[in-house]
This record gives sequence, structure tokens and C-alpha cells, in this order.
Amino acid sequence: MGLTSQSTGTGVLDSEFRIERSTPGDKVIALAGNPNVGKSTVFNSLTGLNQHTGNWPGKTVTNALGKYLHKDKNFYMIDIPGTYSLMATSAEEEVARDFVCFGKPDATVVVADATCLERNLNLVLQTLEITDRVVVCINLIDEAKRKKISIDYSALSKLLGVPVIPTVARSNKGLTELMDAVYEVANKSLITKPIKITYDKSIEHAIKMLQPRIWELVDGMINNRWVALKLLDGDPALLKSLEKYLGFNLLDDNKLLELLDSAKKHLANNGIQPDQLRDKIVSRLVHIAEDITTNTVTFDNKQYNCTDRKIDGILTSRIFGIPIMLGLLALVFWLTIEGANVPSGIIADFLFGIEAKLTELFMSAGSPEWLHGILVLGMYRTLAWVVSVMLPPMAIFFPLFTLLEDSGYLPRIAFNLDNFFKKACAHGKQALTMCMGFGCNAAGVIGCRIIDSPRERLIAILTNVFVPCNGRFPTLIAIGTIFIGGTVGGAFKSLSSTLVLTGIVLLGIFMTLLVSYTLSKTILKGLPSSFTLELPPYRRPQVGRIIIRSIFDRTLFVLGRAVAIAAPAGLVIWLMANIKVSDISLLTYSANFLDPFGKLLGMDGYIMMAFILGLPANEIVVPIIIMSYMASGSMLELEALEDLRNLLVSHGWTWLTGVCVMLFSLMHFPCGTTLWTIRKETQSMKWTLASFAIPTAAGIIICFIVANLIRLLGLV
Amino acid sequence: MNNQYIPLSLLPIGKKAKVKALTSDGTMRRRMLDLGLISDTIVEALQKSPSGDPTAYQIRGAVIALRSEEASKIMIEAY
Repeated sequence: MGLTSQSTGTGVLDSEFRIERSTPGDKVIALAGNPNVGKSTVFNSLTGLNQHTGNWPGKTVTNALGKYLHKDKNFYMIDIPGTYSLMATSAEEEVARDFVCFGKPDATVVVADATCLERNLNLVLQTLEITDRVVVCINLIDEAKRKKISIDYSALSKLLGVPVIPTVARSNKGLTELMDAVYEVANKSLITKPIKITYDKSIEHAIKMLQPRIWELVDGMINNRWVALKLLDGDPALLKSLEKYLGFNLLDDNKLLELLDSAKKHLANNGIQPDQLRDKIVSRLVHIAEDITTNTVTFDNKQYNCTDRKIDGILTSRIFGIPIMLGLLALVFWLTIEGANVPSGIIADFLFGIEAKLTELFMSAGSPEWLHGILVLGMYRTLAWVVSVMLPPMAIFFPLFTLLEDSGYLPRIAFNLDNFFKKACAHGKQALTMCMGFGCNAAGVIGCRIIDSPRERLIAILTNVFVPCNGRFPTLIAIGTIFIGGTVGGAFKSLSSTLVLTGIVLLGIFMTLLVSYTLSKTILKGLPSSFTLELPPYRRPQVGRIIIRSIFDRTLFVLGRAVAIAAPAGLVIWLMANIKVSDISLLTYSANFLDPFGKLLGMDGYIMMAFILGLPANEIVVPIIIMSYMASGSMLELEALEDLRNLLVSHGWTWLTGVCVMLFSLMHFPCGTTLWTIRKETQSMKWTLASFAIPTAAGIIICFIVANLIRLLGLV
Repeated sequence: MNNQYIPLSLLPIGKKAKVKALTSDGTMRRRMLDLGLISDTIVEALQKSPSGDPTAYQIRGAVIALRSEEASKIMIEAY
């Protein structure tokens, strides 16, 4: 959900294994771990990079790179996707495994959840099968203490044969020790002796049959015992990665093929068919994890999960589950709308005060009219609008949303909604990628990598844009507040805006399901595939951290992007409004051209222009509308939201116009960044075009129906 | 298959059971194994989602929601 450098396309290491060290002494550290264990918090605390943490599988959708200095060495840390296993059943497990196997990290840190150690040990053990240089970081020990779970770390370290460091990453506890351990392991000043995982006699025999030949072929480039095991297992995706890494296909070697053949025969003779091998391997790891946990973890309170169950009993109950979900959504909107009103006015007053000063300055300096027009009336005014309309709602909305996210509530939304997605023949995790879309549709699209069935992933990608992203929330909030809410007036103003906004979001979810269903029945036929969803323990969110993070990660980032795009857009609009061909400005000319079409959809030509010009970023749609109205009509001093309402009304807006703008804002082509991301993720021009056409068509159809039905009924 | 085994999807809420066999294959089987659902693993049905499906289960210390399609391919024995 976070807009980070990775979600906006500047991410590093997309599918490549290796990263460049700037000096030979620099160390590369892979950061692995199950989802929901605070891995990204560890990453953030160590590297200081603004990289967002989340509560669902696949938060780190692509590798993020951070750097820290410890003692005399630079450490490059790669945050690989959170996975339960390295046996690759999904695209991101593959990325995780490939990096640990082939990225040649100097050390791998596996972050584990102290409250759920047994489950987390599976990944630790799988990592130890690949590499010796591992440091285990047991995070969330404060939560474990609260649940009266005690862990004998030194015994655990002895059993695993690698350093085990307890941490509370969110309050920076244990991180120095972690860095020390990583330093020692990466520099080989500490030689680890990882636990030897051995299998049935016949499997061991089969491994030994292959090992020498593999060793000859790969010459120490990779753990040959592990390769032998994987060859026996016959995982095609791994073989592909292996070929890419080695530069040749191991199975082109006839001698190895022969050995593999006889090793498999040996297994079969001992009653292990190919499909049973995987079961045996996994069972062995699970048993070892169970043994280790029995010897190192004690539960003083057998009912340690009791509180979580009680909370779940309410938040996901049959009667209250869905009403509470809707209530929370509405509450977030209400607080945003109610809270943003006053600061919006103050900021607008302030910024437009500066505009007056700027104008005076330009006048006294005797600058030409056009320069003042471009810079002040064009660029500055648009900027001022973007900031005053967007900043306050974002500064309230994002921390609230992050609060829900950090408490562990979002996976419960997926749990509540899953049945609907199943009925739409879509993947259950689509509910999660949909939630990510609330932050940024581009991030939501990348997040679809957590869905491993290509059909369902494509459905999730194509429908992601049906949930309003944070670039569109300000538009929806602004129009909803100053327009729809405004027509009611009085005490019900924010309440009615809240209801409208909640309704819009529900419509977005409904459209997501409807379009998913339609796609499943037409061009993307198929049945829902299997999935599992973890409901992580609830965690007390850290309010201070949330405010700081959501302001820096999201609010300022989104605002910065909007400003960067709004300034040139303001300039373009001003030029279009002031360059005249036979007395008609370019803007009026284009708007007139689009006007009949706009009217058909309950809007007008200027609004249509604004959506088209807003392609680079949805944030600037409302400012463009304002700019074009002001440039084409009377120059208003917009000081309060009420003035904006008057401006819109004077340009023929009714509540129906407001509704249609909100509907079209919800359903139209994705922004440029999202389209580009979809192109990258689907590797297909055809699906990118579909992602453009589907929501646009839906928006046009729905706006057309609504506008004409309301007009026909004579409600406006 | 032993007759006394029933699918996990039939386990009543609040009851515990022992996993005896997986009848799924391919990716689904791998995923179930990744959850630690091997023979003799104890699972407890915690609660259903508001619309009746999926159901949340306690599996090796974690809470995992499974749709009825998946749960019906996990054979259990009352515990």
C-alpha cells in the first residue's frame, strides 16, 4: 500500500540476482522472513530507508535495497519478499529463493516471529539447507513476553548452529547485536555450524549418488547437496533459475542424467515415488521444527492467543463483521472530512495571500503580463490549490488508514470478503491487492504478484483501478464535501459527505467483483484456485511511528508527485487558456469539442479535459477543473471552499455533475504510472489496453445511465 | 482410505482434530505442506467468516483461513 521508491518503478533488482558492490569490502545481506514478522521494520530500522511495513503476505512485493554502515564496513541489505517457504509455489517465493540461492549474499538474515516460532522455523531450516551464513533474528519478543511465551535463545542458537538474536525492531531493541552478528558472519570471523538436516536412508543414498558429479559440474558455486535434493524433487522453475545462474543446463550433462535416473530408481525401489519425495522432505523439516520448539519454547499461558480470538470473535463475526468493517471505513472518512475543513481554509488563505504578494512583486518589478500569467496565475495558483485541497485530507486519512493496517485488521477484511471473491471466481488474495490499491493502484498492481495463478492475477491487475487510490481520494473528498455535502448543509453536512464517500468505495468494491466475475466468465475463464490466508496476531500500533511514517512515506510523497505534475500542468492550462486562435482559446476550443460528450455523461467539456490532462496523476483533476473555469470565466479569488462551490455552480454544476465526476473519478483509465506498471507486470500491450478500456467503458456506461436517468426523472 | 477419516471442512467450530492425509496434489498440496499440515498435526477450527466461508484454523501456532474447497481435501481424525 505504501508508495515507496519500489512501487513507483525505481525499484532495484527486479529479477536480477546480483547487485554491484561499490568497493570490494562491501557486504551484501539478504533479509528473509515469513510475512507479518516485522521484516520491513527491521529493514527500515537498520537502513533508515523509507520502506513501508505491512501486515499481509507479499508486502515487499519486489526487492528493496538499503544500506547501512557498521563498524568499518558498508552493508547492502536486500529486503526480499516475505515467504513461508523457499519451495516456490508463487512468483515471489521464487524471487526470494533465487536471491538466497544465487544472489551470493555474504549473509542471510532470517527474521522470525517470537510468538509463532515453530511455523517460522520452517523457513529458517530451508535457508540453512542452502547456505551456512545465516543469522536468525527473533523479532517481536515484546509481544511474546506479553503472551507469556519464553524462548531459550542460547539453546536455540546451539540447536540451529547459527547466531540467534532476539529483537524488538520497532523500538530498536537488539539491532546493534544483530548488526554485530551479521558483521561477524559476513566477514567469516564467525564460522557457523548449521544443523545437519538428514532424511531417510534411501533419500540420503540418492543424494550421495548425485553429489560428486554435481560438485564437478558446479565447482563450489552452489551447495551441491541442496542441488542434488532439488534435482530429485524435479522443480522445473528452480531448474530454470539454476540454468540462468550457471549459464548452462545441468541436465544437459549425460552422466548426471544417468545418475539422476538411477537415483530416482533407487528411491522408487525403496517405496518413494516422485510425488512422495516432497512430502517426506517437508515432513522432515516440520518435525525438526517441532522438536526444536519443544526444547526451546515454553508457553506459561496456554491460552496465549485468547485475546486475539476474542477480538476476531467480534471483528469477523457473522453479525458484526461486515457492519463493523463498513463502520470503520465510514469513520475514517468522517474524521477526514470533518477534520480537513478548517485547515484547508487556513492553508488556502495563507497560500492565496502569498499569491497576492507575488502579483504585487511582479507588478512593481514591471514584468510582462504573460510572465506573471504563466508563473503566478498558471503554476503558482495550481500548486496552491493542490496543496490546500489535498494536504489536510491526506494528513488525516493516511495515518488513520495506516493505523488499521498496522493493527492487523486488513487481513480480516480479506477474511470477511473472501466468499464474495470466491463467488466472482477470483483469488482470495485479491481482497488484499484491492486494499493495497487504496494506497496506490500501481502498488496494488505490483502486489498482485502474491497471486500465483496467472488467470487470477490478471483479473486482480485489471480490476485494481476500481478502488480509489490516494490520488483520487482528495478529488472524491473535495467534491463530496463542497458539493454533495454542501447541498444538504447544516449539521448533516459531513455525515452526508461520509455516506456518499462510503457509497462510492462500496460501489468500487462491487464493480471489482462484477468485473472480476464477468472476466472469469468471458475472456479469462476458469475456477478459483487454492489459497491460504494468514490472520496474523493483532498488534498494538505505535501511534508516533505511524504518524511520522504516513506523513513522510505517503502524504509528502503523494503531495510531491502531485506538485511536480501540477506545476507544469498549470502552465499548460494557462497557455491553453491564453493562446487564442481567432478569438477562441485553445482550452475553450478543446472543451467545446468535448462538451457534447461530457454533457452526455452528466459533466462538461472542461471536466473531460481535466480527466484527460490528469492522466499523469489523478491528483490534479480538480485543480485543472478550477484552473480552466477561472481562466475561461471570471477571475475569482478562491478563499474558502464555499467559493469553490460558487465557482462550480456558476459553471453549471448541479449535484448530478458532482455525482458524475465522482463516478467517473472512480471509474476511468488508470493513471500513467499504473498503466506503465501494468505493462511491466503483464508484459503485454493487449492487457495494458484492456486495463485502460475496461474501467473507462464502465465509467462511461454508468455515468451515461445515471445522468440520463436522473434527467429523465426530472430530479435536477 | 480409512473410513473413519473425515474432511477438515466438516470439523465443527471449537473442535480439534489430527491431520491424517492430504488428498490434494500439485501446488495445493505443497501449500498445505508449507503450512505444516503433515500427518498427526493438530488443527483446531476457530471460526467461520461472516458469510460462512472461509474458516479460520489454528495450525501450529498460526491462524490460517482456508476455503471449504481446500479444507475438504485435508482428511482428519477426531482428537
